[in-house]
This record gives sequence, structure tokens and C-alpha cells, in this order.
Amino acid sequence: MSEHMENIYLAIVLSPLIGSIIAGLFGKLIGRSGAHWVTIIGVAVASILSMFVYKHHMFDGAPDYNAAVYTWLSSGGINFEVGFLIDPLSVTMMVVVTFVSWMIHIYTIGYMHDDPGYQRFFSYISLFTFAMLMLVMSNNFMQLFFGWEAVGLVSYLLIGFWYKKDTAIFANLKAFLVNRVGDFGFLLGIAAVLMYFNSLDYFEVFAQAEGLADTTIVIFGDHAWSLMTVICICLFIGAMGKSAQVPLHVWLPDSMEGPTPISALIHAATMVTAGIFMVSRMSPLFELSETALSFILIIGSITALFMGFLGLVQNDIKRVVAYSTLSQLGYMTVALGASAYAAAMFHLVTHAFFKALLFLAAGSVIIIMHHEQDMRKMGGLYKKMPITWITCFVGSIALIGFPGTSGFFSKDAIIEAVHHSQIFGSTFAYYAVLSGVFITALYSFRLFFMTFHGEERMDKETWMHLHEAPAVVTVPLSVLAIPSLILGAFLIGPMLFGDYFGNTIYVAEKHNVLHEIGSHYEGIMLFTLYAFKHPPVYLAFAGIFVAWLCYIKFPDWPGLIVSRIKWIHCILEKKYGFDEFNQKVFAGGTRCLGRMLWKYGDISIIDGIFVNGTARSVGIISSVIRHIQSGYLYHYAFAIILGLLVLIAVFVHGVLN
Amino acid sequence: MSISNEILLALPELSLLSMACLVLVVDAFSKDPDHRITYWLTQISLAIVFLLVFTSIPDEPRLAFHNSFIDDAMSSVLKCFICAITIIVFLYSYEYLKENKLMKGEYFVLGLFAVLGMMIMSSAYSLLSIYLGLELMSLSMYAMVAMNRKSAAASEAAMKYFILGALASGMLLYGISMIYGLTSSIQFTEIAAISMTSVENSRFLVFGMIFMIIGIAFKLGAAPFHMWVPDVYQGAPTSVTLFISTAPKLAAFAMAIRILVDGLFPLVADWQSILMVLAVLSMAIGNIVAISQTNIKRMLAYSTIAHVGYLFLGLIAGTINGFAGSMFYIISYALMSMGTFGMIILLGRYEFEAKNLEDFKGLSGRSPWFAFIMMCLMFSMAGVPPFLGFWSKWFVLKELVASGYFALAAVSVVFSIIGAYYYLRIVKLMYFDKPDKMTAIKATKQMRAVLTANGLLILVLGLLPNSLMQICLTALAH
Repeated sequence: MSEHMENIYLAIVLSPLIGSIIAGLFGKLIGRSGAHWVTIIGVAVASILSMFVYKHHMFDGAPDYNAAVYTWLSSGGINFEVGFLIDPLSVTMMVVVTFVSWMIHIYTIGYMHDDPGYQRFFSYISLFTFAMLMLVMSNNFMQLFFGWEAVGLVSYLLIGFWYKKDTAIFANLKAFLVNRVGDFGFLLGIAAVLMYFNSLDYFEVFAQAEGLADTTIVIFGDHAWSLMTVICICLFIGAMGKSAQVPLHVWLPDSMEGPTPISALIHAATMVTAGIFMVSRMSPLFELSETALSFILIIGSITALFMGFLGLVQNDIKRVVAYSTLSQLGYMTVALGASAYAAAMFHLVTHAFFKALLFLAAGSVIIIMHHEQDMRKMGGLYKKMPITWITCFVGSIALIGFPGTSGFFSKDAIIEAVHHSQIFGSTFAYYAVLSGVFITALYSFRLFFMTFHGEERMDKETWMHLHEAPAVVTVPLSVLAIPSLILGAFLIGPMLFGDYFGNTIYVAEKHNVLHEIGSHYEGIMLFTLYAFKHPPVYLAFAGIFVAWLCYIKFPDWPGLIVSRIKWIHCILEKKYGFDEFNQKVFAGGTRCLGRMLWKYGDISIIDGIFVNGTARSVGIISSVIRHIQSGYLYHYAFAIILGLLVLIAVFVHGVLN
Repeated sequence: MSISNEILLALPELSLLSMACLVLVVDAFSKDPDHRITYWLTQISLAIVFLLVFTSIPDEPRLAFHNSFIDDAMSSVLKCFICAITIIVFLYSYEYLKENKLMKGEYFVLGLFAVLGMMIMSSAYSLLSIYLGLELMSLSMYAMVAMNRKSAAASEAAMKYFILGALASGMLLYGISMIYGLTSSIQFTEIAAISMTSVENSRFLVFGMIFMIIGIAFKLGAAPFHMWVPDVYQGAPTSVTLFISTAPKLAAFAMAIRILVDGLFPLVADWQSILMVLAVLSMAIGNIVAISQTNIKRMLAYSTIAHVGYLFLGLIAGTINGFAGSMFYIISYALMSMGTFGMIILLGRYEFEAKNLEDFKGLSGRSPWFAFIMMCLMFSMAGVPPFLGFWSKWFVLKELVASGYFALAAVSVVFSIIGAYYYLRIVKLMYFDKPDKMTAIKATKQMRAVLTANGLLILVLGLLPNSLMQICLTALAH
């Protein structure tokens, strides 16, 4: 059976790759429909097989699979391998990634219908699916890094998909550079792992981790650092880049310059959660460093709260969803910091569905509005686009954690987990995520009301031509709406409090908050009822109510409020100044330094003195001594005689001695 | 050894002599303005001699004619290369002479006599026979340089070559007489044996040796005895320059090995220092002055001077491997030089020579294939891997470092960087500059084929350098 399974794992990874290669290299040959068929079939195969593997492992109780399928090279006693680790954590990710990707492939047919780069787009998103699968199925750090960089590359290509648009090029360069900062930390982390564990295999590393828990190292100066803290923080810096945590979050809002399907797939549902997945995967390491956990907790709660605020002032429909993604990623990170890895993964799964749904709904609106993204020019769309309206509503209530929806279970679990956590920073984190609930509800329903309700603010002409989106758009919306609504109820029991993850996730005894919550858990009904005794539900309702007041009942209120607290609005408009700061200090400073090195170091010293200076002097010497060759015979004869005399003088009479 | 056996040892030389005389007579009666019969007879003679040498490469050195003639692996290998190279040189020359209406039968006859001289130099084992071979070769070549009597430059070059050559010969003879006076022998093994023991005479031996080294340095064109080289290379007809820059270098190398290694090895410390001075001067003058040349033949003349400097490095190392490295160097230099002058012939037409660097402008547009061949040759000359020229520099420098001459090795690397400039400039002219005029290349199929083979040989030998190195090592093993 295991032989047989190995082929299935390979098929899951390779079928999107094959689809991508065919659509990418032979796109002209197979035409537009050929390109979408070949990639959709590739991803569908991966998705169905992933579900089969899921069933095989989760229901039929197959043991975890961990083996190398190919040794790339062997050097210095370390094997660099391509291998798969198939356990509950990775099969969960595989199903989510392939399923969402499959839906988005179908949706793309509608969204990119008139785009000249149709085949290229399909090739890229299939390639992304391959890279993401390599990342989640890996059993070693090297392949993890490969997948990590490969998804980054595809993300870069897709943000700049419309490469003639200046803003898109700016955004993809920014995403790439910011991710480089994160990757630098990640690479340092992997290098430290290799240096101290002498292996890149997950299990070999985890097996030694306990033994190295008290090791300290000296980096510079004489301060001793805990090895585990250094490794974990370095790895987490990688996660901060990929999962867009403050202050490395700046690329994600700009990434919305890319086409909407990839905003949904890469920048909401899957790639940005790679950091969350990675930290969960590395839980045996992170559990050994409370410092790193506190660091994660604080970064996560800052992201969750402060990025939510920014969602309140955005008018671009996609950007609102983007900031909500940032905020939700913050929630997941907070869960990681509180050692509630299962809760983070749970939120990751439910978020993947409802956030993909919200993006696709936003995309549906955008197509119908002829690529208009400003919410101030929308309104009243529910009459024209009922399916989009209802699915967007489902996505929104899931996002704000309306009792009973997927988001409710996962988010409530995180808030409870933080509440029970004892580590440094957990109190701050608790209040941050709690207030985040109100903010989330406020901006979500602001978007919902501004887009679908209230007066129609577009011009008459546009209004007349509005209609529901085509089936390739509405079908994925409807399919995604179902898990957004009900998946949480099914998963919460086993995933959080049951034996879902088996031994995959390791939690130290003193950090085990989920176990504590689980001891009171008595089924979803009671969990839901119990929630009404706690503030989050009421905060969510309050958020909806305020949004209703401000955007339906009294539409002039927002303007009035803004004029009262101009300075806060200004800070939010400027997004706390991160962009300006980066642009001036890092970008400007680097360019200034580069220009100085170029001007003084390169041009005047290296080129001027060393390279050209030497060449110039050789040239001058050459033009001088060529005149020795006068052409006169007696000069030549004289040279011979002179040579003879000098040789005799030196070697026979020893003049120089 | 009976006299018939001795004659048998010199069979290749004797056959070449008879064939040369035959060619001379046949040519005198031939009325063909293209001298086809002369040409083909010449080529056949060289081929026969090549086969005679090739089939009788001895395992042990054999001496003849009162120990003044030696038949050993080194002489056989060098003779094989001399014959093979001369065959190709004559093939290029035939095209050139026909195109430029310089066709004369004497060219081939003189060429054959020069080859005879080279073969005698390779096999000479006494000072007298080496001098005989040298003079036979030199006199033939003075005449060849002067063959284009209408050209003032050629006559001037021949005059300079002849007078300076006579001066150098005189010095060589004076050195020979000094050595003979001190050792009362002209045979190399005897000279080596006596100079080993006569410590009190060593200063006079060095005195005589300096004169002989000047003779060798003059023939090879090492600075400061190089002054004739640029003028003769530029003034002589290109086919003659081609000839001078290839096969005679191998003979001069043989002369250097015979005199310095076989004859005067007891004075190794002295001639190492002398050669060091000559090597550094040659590399410096050759590489630096080549930069400011605009005439390609003159530039290649300075490049020859520089290459001779590198050749000396292997001799300075003073080991068998070093000598083998030098032999490898001179053989690969002959192959590269042959290809480069062949390219100049290929690009030239009647009354127009591709003599200036400008004439190579935009060659890649006119003929991408030959631009590629020329690029291979130039990269090889500059010592860029994987071409042959890289390995020749590598072998001599490796031995030099192994013998502990670090500073000299460093200096020579610096000069080879300077030298890379003027080789790469030709590549730049070919690939990055626009041509002044787009004239098609006019050359026969066989010329194109041989030149292509010549260029590819540089690449192939560069990829498999060990085969040639193995030959050089066995040649010098005894």
C-alpha cells in the first residue's frame, strides 16, 4: 500500500506542475480553452487525490508517511532530499490548498475572460499550486525553503501580472523585497538548525531539540543567547515576511494590484498562511523557547488590532478585504504565540474558505462594475446580484464570527486560548484580539452595506447594465459558501480538543491552553451557548449595529466623525507611516548608499585608479617604448651588443654582486 | 655502428635532401605558371619524410656520425611536428602566392631546404652539426623573406634579418669556439662531462655560454635580441611570416634543449638566471608594445616575443616536467600562430592584405564561422580556458611554481593579463564593431576546411590537453 501511496503523493504534486508547464510553454498551441482545461484537470486531480489521501489518513487510520523520494545531493554527510511527510497537518493543508485552488481556477475563466495573458495566468496559478504543495508536504527544511521561495516567486509574478501597469510593478518589487527581508531571517534560522543539529530532516531535528534546549550561543559581544530562541525568532522572521506580520506587512495591501483570483488564492487563502503552517510544523522547537512565543504573541496581537483599524478607512473594496486578511493573520499568529497551534490551524482552514469567498465576491462585483473598485461608487447592488450578495453576506458573518458559522468557532477558540495563556504579553494580546472583534465586524459590514445597500451611487448608464455574474463565477462562490458556513461546527470537536493532529503538534504541558479549554468542552451547542456569556459575540453585534447606523441609517455620520478626529483619520490614512518610513529610510537610504559606493568606490577608486588607471599607464608606457623600435639597423645591432655586454657584466664579472 | 646503419639513422634527412634536389630540377623545367607539380611534389616529399620519421620513433637514443647526430624521441617528435606544420603552412602559402601573383618554385625548394636545416638542428648532437643546421635554415629563410623583390619593405626586412642574423651567428660561433677551447670538445655529452669537473674554468664557460644563448635568443626572438622580429614579420610576405613564426621555433627550441640541457647542464644555475632576465624582458616588451600596434602582423610579432618569454619559464623551472611544459608551449604556439596567419591570408585578396586591425571589424557579420575560429585562436593566445593556450601557460607556470619561482610566476601572470587586452581587442572588433565594407571572403574550399580544422584543433586539444602533454613528456623522458 505504501508503494502505491507514494505514487499518489507524487501525482498530487506533479499534476499541477504538468498542467502549468503545458499551459505555460505550449499556451499558444493549445489555445485559451486548452490552457484552462489542462490546468483545471491537473488541479482537480490533485484535489481529488488529496481528499482521498485525507480519507486514507484521517478516517482509515493509515499511519503517517515520512520518506525521501529522491536524493538531490549528498555533501558533507548531509543529504539534500526531496521527501514527503504526510500526517494530519499536511493532509489538512493539502486539501485546503488544492480545493481552494481548484475553485479559483474555475472562477478565473470568468474573471480573466478578456485578458490577453490568459494562458500565462493559468500557468502561474498551477505553478503556485505545485510550489505550495511542495512546501506543505515537505519532510525537510531544504524542500520547505524551496517551496517557500517558489511560492514567493509566483506571488511576485502574479502581483506584477499586468506588467504594463506601473503600480503593479511597484507592488511586486515591494512584495519581493520585503519578503527578502523575511527570507533572510528564515535562511539564518535554517542555517542555525543545520549548524547545531547537523541535519535538515524534520524528525532528526525534533528528536535532538530537547537535548539542545539549554544550549546558549554567543553571537556578538559576550551576551549568551539561548540557541532555541535565536533559531525560533529567525524562523519566525521568515513567517513574518510571508504571513505579513507587522512590520513586514507592507507588501500585502499593495499586492492587491494583482488580479483578484490570485488575491484570493495566494494573498488570502494559502500562501500567506505558510508562515502559520511553518510555525505549527516547528512546534517542537518553538515550545522550547518562551521568549520566542511571547515575541510571536505580541507581534500577532499588534497586527490583529492595528491592521483592523486600517480597514475602516479604505474605500477600495479589495483593500478592505486585504486589511481584514492582515488582521486575521494576526489572530492566527496570536494563537501560535499562545501555543494553541491547533486553533491557529483551525482558523487557517476556516479563514481560507471564507476569505477566498469574500475576495471572489469582491471580484465578482469588480467584474460587473467594469473593474471599478471604489466602494463610494457602488451601493444597492443586492437587487442586481443576488447570488453574490448572499454569498458575500455568508463570508462576512463567518469573518466576524457570527455564532454558528465557521469563523465563530475558530475565532472564539483563539480568544479563549489567549485568555487562558499565562506567558508574557498574553493580557495585552487578549484585549487586542477582543477589541479586534468589534473592529472586524465594523469594517466587514461597512463594506457589505456600502457595496450592496444604501443608495445607488454609480451613474445611470452603469446601473442599467448591471447583472449577475456568469456561472463560472457564481458556482465557486456557492461552493465556497458551504464550508464557510458549516465547516467549523464539524471540525472544532476533533481538531481542537480531539486527537485530530495526533503527535504532529507538540505542546509543552505548562502551555497547553487548549487542553484546559477542552476540559470544559461538551459539544458545539453548549460551546455556542457558552459564547453568549462572553463579550466577543456582543462586540460583533455591536460592530454590525454601528456599521448599520453609520452607513444605512445616518450616512452623514462618517463624515462628521472624521471631521472631529481628523488627526486619527490622518494617521490611519497614512497607514501609520510605515510606507513613507520604508520609502525614505530603507529605500532612500539604500539607494543613497549605493549611489555613494558607485560614485566614489566604484567609479573613482576601482574604475578610476585601479582598472583604468593601470590600463592608462600601460598604454602610456607602450606608446613610449615602441619608439625604441626605430627601424634603423644600427640601433638594432647596438641593442644586441648592449644586451651582450650587460649579460657579461652581470653574470661573468658579477657587477651586481 | 656500421656506416650503413648510420646512414639509415639519417634516412629522413637524406630523403628530404634528395627530394629537395629533385623538386629543384623538376621546377626548373616546369612551364606551369601555377607550379602545381612543384607544389604537389613538395607536399609529397614532406609527407614521405613525415611517415619515415613517424614509423621509426626510437625507444632508446641512437648516435651516429661520430656522436654528432642523435636519433631520439624528442628529435623524432619535433621532426614530425615540423613536417606536419610545414605541410599546412605550404597549403596556406600556395593560396596566398597564387592570389598575390608571387608564385615561384623557389619558395617551395627553399622551404624544403629550411625544413632540412630544422631537422638537422633537431637531431644535432654536436656544436658543429647544430651550427650547420642553423645556417642551412637561416640562409633559406633570408632568401624567402626577400622573395617579393618588388616590395621595398620585404627587401629591407630581408636585409635587416640577414645582417642581424649574421651578427648573431657570429656570436654563436664565438661562443662555440670559447667552449671548444675550454673543453676541447664539440660533442654535447663530452662537454657536459668536462664542464662538470672543471670548476676553475666555470667563469669562462659562462662567458662562452652567454654568446651561445644570444644565438638561441636571437633565433627565438627573445628581448633584447628581438629587434628584427617586428620588421621581418611585417615586411615579409604573409606566407613567409607564417612559415617563420611556426616550424623554425620548434627547431630553435631543440637547439636550446641540446645546448643548455644536454651540453651545459652543469651550468644550470647560471643559465636559469640569464633566461630569467630574458624572459621578463620579453614578456614585458612583447606584451606592452603589442598594445600600441595597429598592424596585425606587427602585433603578432610582439606577441611572439611575449610567448618566447613564457617558453623560457619552463626551461627556468629546470626539471623534465618544465622542459616538457616548454615543448608543449612551443608546439601549441606554432599551431595557434599558424591558424592566425592563415586567417590573415584567408581575409586578404590580390593587392590587399588584411594587415590592419581595422580589417577585422565586423567579421562576425561577414563570416560568423571564421569570426568564431578567429575568436578561438585569440582566446587561446590570451590563455583563456578551455583553449589550448590556457594549458600551455598552465603547465609552464605549474612547473615554475613547483620549482619555487613564485615571484617570477606572479610577474608572468600580470603580463599575461596585459597581453589579454590586445587579443580580446580583436574579438571586440570582430563582434561589436560595424564593418567598413562588406566584401565576401574569397577562398578555396580546401583553405576553408583546413583553417576550420586548425581552429577546432585548438579547441579539441584544449579540451584534451593530456594527450599532447604525454607526448612531450615521453619525448623528453630520457
